[in-house]
Amino acid sequence: MSTPEIRVQDLHKSFGDNQVLKGIDLEIGQGEVVCVIGPSGSGKSTLLRCVNLLEEPTAGRVFVGGTEITDPDVDIDAVRRRIGMVFQQFNLFPHLSVTGNLTLPQRRVLGRSKDDAARIAAENLSRVGLAEKADAFPASLSGGQQQRVAIARALAMGPDVMLFDEPTSALDPELVGDVLAVMRMLADEGMTMMVVTHEMSFAREVADRVVFMDGGVIVEEGAPAQVIGRPAHARTRHFLSRLLDPAMADVEEETADTEDTRE
Amino acid sequence: MTDPGTPLQPRRTGLSRSRKRQISRGAQYAVFAAVVIALAVTADWGRLKNQFFQWDLVKQMFPDVITLALKNTVLYTTFGFVVGLVLGIVLALMRLSSVGPYRWVAGLYIEIFRGLPALLIFIFVGVAVPLAFPGTEIPGGTYGKVAIALGTVGAAYMAETFRAGIQAVPKGQMEAARSLGFSHARAMVSIVVPQAFRIIVPPLTNELVTLFKDSSLVLFLGVTLEERELSKYGRDLASETANSTPILVAGLCYLLVTIPLGFLARRLEDKRKGADK
Repeated sequence: MSTPEIRVQDLHKSFGDNQVLKGIDLEIGQGEVVCVIGPSGSGKSTLLRCVNLLEEPTAGRVFVGGTEITDPDVDIDAVRRRIGMVFQQFNLFPHLSVTGNLTLPQRRVLGRSKDDAARIAAENLSRVGLAEKADAFPASLSGGQQQRVAIARALAMGPDVMLFDEPTSALDPELVGDVLAVMRMLADEGMTMMVVTHEMSFAREVADRVVFMDGGVIVEEGAPAQVIGRPAHARTRHFLSRLLDPAMADVEEETADTEDTRE
Repeated sequence: MTDPGTPLQPRRTGLSRSRKRQISRGAQYAVFAAVVIALAVTADWGRLKNQFFQWDLVKQMFPDVITLALKNTVLYTTFGFVVGLVLGIVLALMRLSSVGPYRWVAGLYIEIFRGLPALLIFIFVGVAVPLAFPGTEIPGGTYGKVAIALGTVGAAYMAETFRAGIQAVPKGQMEAARSLGFSHARAMVSIVVPQAFRIIVPPLTNELVTLFKDSSLVLFLGVTLEERELSKYGRDLASETANSTPILVAGLCYLLVTIPLGFLARRLEDKRKGADK
């Protein structure tokens, strides 16, 4: 494997006194799909948001495609063009049509011509199976459709890397499948992907590697069959058992440790 | 509270719920009608008509009341609104700035000018500004002065409206735009402000109505015959003819503009609520 697409070195992030990331080291190779799992408040979303600098790391370095994005002199807007991001809440622009959502960033940020932007928008909408919704407005779409438009919007910028921040957590259960199908397609096409998710079946089937985080550190990582199938750490086993069978969980005492890692 | 031992027993009236509502509604209508009739009977309609509705005078006022007075009112309001809008946006951005002194200056300005009657500001602009800067003419004469006075007041209110509008746009919109490679300024202009505008058009329309009415304060600046707006025009004519009909006509001219504007504001508000669903 050549230079890793994403490289995170000794990353720390605090919000005031609250230490959310306590030294993360992670490398993601070109075309690799990495799923980050862990309890809420474990810092996994913060880690993802540090990779495109939506959060400013407190310490440590982040490289994307060989460029150090934590370098104060880097043109962050230029770097972000190569990193697509998909949010839990979709964040489509409600005042623009579906096509407008895809064309405006291409034209304003990349300076593409109107025709080029429209053509690329149409291509990407059909990739996510929503060509017929081109003229609709976000408010008239279901959550699953909105999320697929959001993915198409990110893809239209031609990114080298895609970040997904719990992309299916805000969806009704029956709509999750459509979004995961699009993500699986992207993985098959060789896109480099970093996915924060609670969808264990997706992680198991699509991910090349699974990273389990808890309390602001990476507890264990490895092939999905290993981390999800035969977890080595008690914390991972505990998390997975609660996730896979929430009805069987016992009432637990809140410890100071889980309290202060809460976001 | 009833005695805890006995269950609460409703008194039986034998009336259905809708019937009870009808009776209560009917009583309200009756009171209202009685008040209106009492006022109508006791008022001296003959004298009122004499003082406020001389048809000859009404006819005499046209077309000047429209071509001169209403036109000037509209012009004063427009200039004032434009000045207020620009100054208001600047103040709102200062209020939201990360630079402390900007926030304090804008906050001070907003508190002061929202707390003062518009009348005092007109007098201040008319008297103090020429004193402070002798020899300098405010460009545009009376129009310029009104634009400054109305703009100064309007900006304080509009700044708060803008600030609320910008803050009402979810944070995720800015994040999505930044993650696509927009700079902060470009994301503001392309994504946040257009959405903020849709939120603030109704309150902004109300602000326009307020300025429209406040333009009557130009009275206190001293104006030439050609610069008179509705209130001044109506008052002058009323004292000339010793009759209040011109005041009534001037009032109707205000309503001619403010009622459709208010209607428009409500329509836009409903439309926005519909779009949010």
